[in-house]
Amino acid sequence: MHHASNTMAQNSTKIPFWRDTRVLQVLFQILFLLGVFLLAGILYANMLKGLDNLGLNLKLDFLRNEAGFDVSDTVIEYDPSNTYLKAFIVGVLNTLRVSLLGILCATVLGLFIGISRLSTNWLVRNIAATYIEIFRNIPLLLQILFWYTVFGSLPAARESINLFDTVFINNRSIYFPSLQQTAGISSWVGYFYAAAILSVISIFVLALIFHRKQVERMEEGDDIGYFTHVTRAAKWSIVPVFFIVAIIGWFLAPESPFVLGRPELQRFNVEGGIRFSAGFISLLIALSVYTSAFIAEVVRSGIQAVSKGQREAARAVGLSTGQTLRLIILPQAVPIIIPPLTSQYLNLAKNSSLATAAGYDDLFRIGSTILTQAGKAIPVFAMVMANYLIISLTTSAAMNWYNRWVNRFNR
Amino acid sequence: MTENENTSNDPIIICEDVHKWFDDFHVLKGITTTFKKGEKAVICGPSGSGKSTFIRTINRLEEHQRGTIIVDGIELTNDLRNINLIRQEVGMVFQQFNLFPHLSNLKNITLGPIRVRKLSKRKAEEEALALLERMGIADQAYKYPSEISGGQQQRVAIARALAMEPKIMLFDEPTSALDPEMISEVLDVMRELAHSGMTMLVVTHEMGFAREVADRVMFFDEGVVVEEAVPADFFDNPQHERTKLFISQTLQH
Amino acid sequence: MEEQADIQQIKPPTNAKGPVGWLRENLFNTWYNALLTCVALLFLYFTFKGILTWAFTEAEWNVIPANLQLFAIGPYPRDQVFRIWICLYILTGLLGLSAGIWRGIVQRWTIVVGSIFLVFLVIPFEIVPRQDSNYVSIEFRFNLIWLIFESRRWLLGNIAILIVTFFLGNRISRLRPWILGGWILSFPIIMFVLHGFGENAVHTSLWGGLMLTLILAVVGIAVSFPLGVFLALCRQSKLPAIKWVSIFYIETVRGVPLITILFMGNTLITIFIPYFTIDQVLKMMVAITLFSAAYMAENVRGGLQSIPRGQHEAAQAVGLNYVQSMLFVVLPQALRAVIPAIVGQFIALFKDTSLVSIIGLIDLLGVAKSILAEWLGRHVEVYLFIALIYFIFCFAMSKVSQEIEAELGVGKR
Repeated sequence: MHHASNTMAQNSTKIPFWRDTRVLQVLFQILFLLGVFLLAGILYANMLKGLDNLGLNLKLDFLRNEAGFDVSDTVIEYDPSNTYLKAFIVGVLNTLRVSLLGILCATVLGLFIGISRLSTNWLVRNIAATYIEIFRNIPLLLQILFWYTVFGSLPAARESINLFDTVFINNRSIYFPSLQQTAGISSWVGYFYAAAILSVISIFVLALIFHRKQVERMEEGDDIGYFTHVTRAAKWSIVPVFFIVAIIGWFLAPESPFVLGRPELQRFNVEGGIRFSAGFISLLIALSVYTSAFIAEVVRSGIQAVSKGQREAARAVGLSTGQTLRLIILPQAVPIIIPPLTSQYLNLAKNSSLATAAGYDDLFRIGSTILTQAGKAIPVFAMVMANYLIISLTTSAAMNWYNRWVNRFNR
Repeated sequence: MTENENTSNDPIIICEDVHKWFDDFHVLKGITTTFKKGEKAVICGPSGSGKSTFIRTINRLEEHQRGTIIVDGIELTNDLRNINLIRQEVGMVFQQFNLFPHLSNLKNITLGPIRVRKLSKRKAEEEALALLERMGIADQAYKYPSEISGGQQQRVAIARALAMEPKIMLFDEPTSALDPEMISEVLDVMRELAHSGMTMLVVTHEMGFAREVADRVMFFDEGVVVEEAVPADFFDNPQHERTKLFISQTLQH
Repeated sequence: MEEQADIQQIKPPTNAKGPVGWLRENLFNTWYNALLTCVALLFLYFTFKGILTWAFTEAEWNVIPANLQLFAIGPYPRDQVFRIWICLYILTGLLGLSAGIWRGIVQRWTIVVGSIFLVFLVIPFEIVPRQDSNYVSIEFRFNLIWLIFESRRWLLGNIAILIVTFFLGNRISRLRPWILGGWILSFPIIMFVLHGFGENAVHTSLWGGLMLTLILAVVGIAVSFPLGVFLALCRQSKLPAIKWVSIFYIETVRGVPLITILFMGNTLITIFIPYFTIDQVLKMMVAITLFSAAYMAENVRGGLQSIPRGQHEAAQAVGLNYVQSMLFVVLPQALRAVIPAIVGQFIALFKDTSLVSIIGLIDLLGVAKSILAEWLGRHVEVYLFIALIYFIFCFAMSKVSQEIEAELGVGKR
């Protein structure tokens, strides 16, 4: 028997390479990579040749040239004499602005609709269902165009719709009141430092009180739990202290720290306040409404995914409906909801590239403007796509990290 | 009782110093043993002792990292042809049956013969029906796995393995996922198979079956073979403390 | 005995409480729900009042009937329309055969499609727009004269084909494997018939409307399917080089908006492949397919992951090699599990094809835009109309998807 295994072992050193799985695996991968690189190489060579024919190159120095075009909405200061790079950054910021605001609105709307979808009220439930079916089954681009058109049919600037002298709407823009800082802000902020010190003190005092109380009632072997006392004290002191200080400080400050800058209707236009362009608003409405329909479904299915047994068990223990929702359903539903919710957020950010349809200068639109003006198709495109990629990849990386954190007990 | 006239002296599986790690976890710590043609070996031991991993290395569902395994004169290496040959020589029955849910019971059995042994469809079906007859479930041929009981599913799985006409059969806890009343129908089939002279390696906790059928019982713990003996000695006169403890605990149930 | 008989005769208490009972149970069971109901009713009242007032007093709907043909097929030459009908006949025939063979969902939806045809056929009036005024005259034709309209004759033929093939399929279930091949083959055939050749060839720049939208979406899904399966298998591969290349592709494509890919397909392809000029519709098809493949891969991967490891092992244990175990054991199960997800992706793609109107193709939305260039100020009417078309298609498909899901859930094999 020993003899047999020895001869076999000798045999094993001489596997022909075309049958050795290890060799085959490496060989297969090398061939595959060769194929990929060959394809990429051909495309790259073609590109260089094509660029040469068109008299173009891949250099990025054009970014320092003057942009020369105007941008309708800007977060930072910008004028046409700025560089292409600055214009590009304005585009990135505009994309982020509409995405973040859209995410906020879509989440609020979506939560509201999603919970309505589960209402015991027949009418509410079905209105929510209709909303979801209508808005998720119509292309976003069409919805953007629709809202943009509706906006365009509003009265002109001089006949702006006036809502209680605080909000003005016309066919080009919408004006909200703005918060403006005054000289009083510095002393008001001063009170906050005081509040911070005050709350630290109150935490310790409260913790001490809690501790005393517990020691009185303590039995042998009980856990003393200093840490619990401190966190409990923090919970009961920080928020109230800050609130009280903020309110008292507001009145004590020599001047009220903020004033409301209301827009005013002038002869031909509206002045003051914060202005949002029609393009921005219609894009925002369309993105929020469209995405909220999907978010509502995510919320609904997340809540329904928590098994009926959980609900029944909670009832059996004697929890009320509200307690069941708060203590049993939501803690289990949220981890289910978060991943698809994030992918909806990502979709919204990517969909914001349809801003072109509403004439809002986002990353993609400014990118294509630069492209037509400077004729630098490939570098500009690489930059635009890289930006979207960065947004997507960082978000999904954060998502993965969160998932691992949530599921750390389920291993 | 344990002496089986089918058992010859030719070794069919030779394991020498077989080691296996899952990452840093040392599952098999140098298993050296030989199984003879026609031998029935029952392998038992606590969960996590490496017994399942061991029989899975024999048809290379798991790759051993040190030592040699020779099955019917073919060494298990990275040689693609050898792996394919071994898989045809060694049949396997799983704890969870692993029938293909999208295929009827008959097609589950004929898949291997048609695709690997290159039998004609008609010939494969004839053989499959004969096997189902032998398993006592010929009437279930055209149903789907989800439509029959667990015991019947496991018998289909045994028929599927036998359809490849293997020389060796591996059983990985074949009755552990079954309801108590179905265990005996599967054990009956295995008993019949044992009497027909098949070489069998069975991981199981069915001590009655071991006592009755096995030529040898091997006790695994923490990746080593702690004790191996003919059933009579193993159950009535265990040598090691761990074996004694295991037997007393298992027989209590 | 007598007692038992008595017990058996006791009937359950009736639940029927009439409409008042229903109202109380579903709308006014608590004060809180009653309040909600009132708010909802107010909301509905104002919404509907606004919309209906606009629709019946301000809106000028004649733009719709005047351009129905444009919406349907774009600028496709009117004397070549018979080609489209031929394509429709091919598809209807296949649908009829499939419905006859498979029954179930296919049959139910075939009946729906058939009855839609029938409704269009027997509507006893023609909508005749008058370009010069804002009015649409609806001419009722109660006699059989309506059959003379050309499109109705074609439609009649279509229904006939549906019925004939249905019974044919019902009889000959041996056709089963051929039908699948037929669907796949119908694809190039339809492209060929639509395009034609020689003098009467219809260049793709004349393809448009709903037809183009459907073509783009179907091509996108159908071609991206094998690509997506391939990418998904690569991503699941144990070999790192193959795995990472496929992850790179999938994540890059999924990380950027579709419009950037369409734009790239439109402008940059000429730089990368400079040797010949590529038809614009074809360019969009390629771009949409490459985009869709990444999403398809992720869907298929979900299906692959739902297949337990034991299936793989069992396939290996009976001696199948990698390709065989994928082909005969894993993929058939995985693909069955992802059908609903693929329908979902088709809906998304169907909506997404509207982006080609930004590139300048005249799909349904593109046609709408070009109509609006002539019919000034009718934006809302036109947008609402095409929104309705998109909605009907998407909604119907999502219902199909739900039914498939339910069916797969019940007969889990």
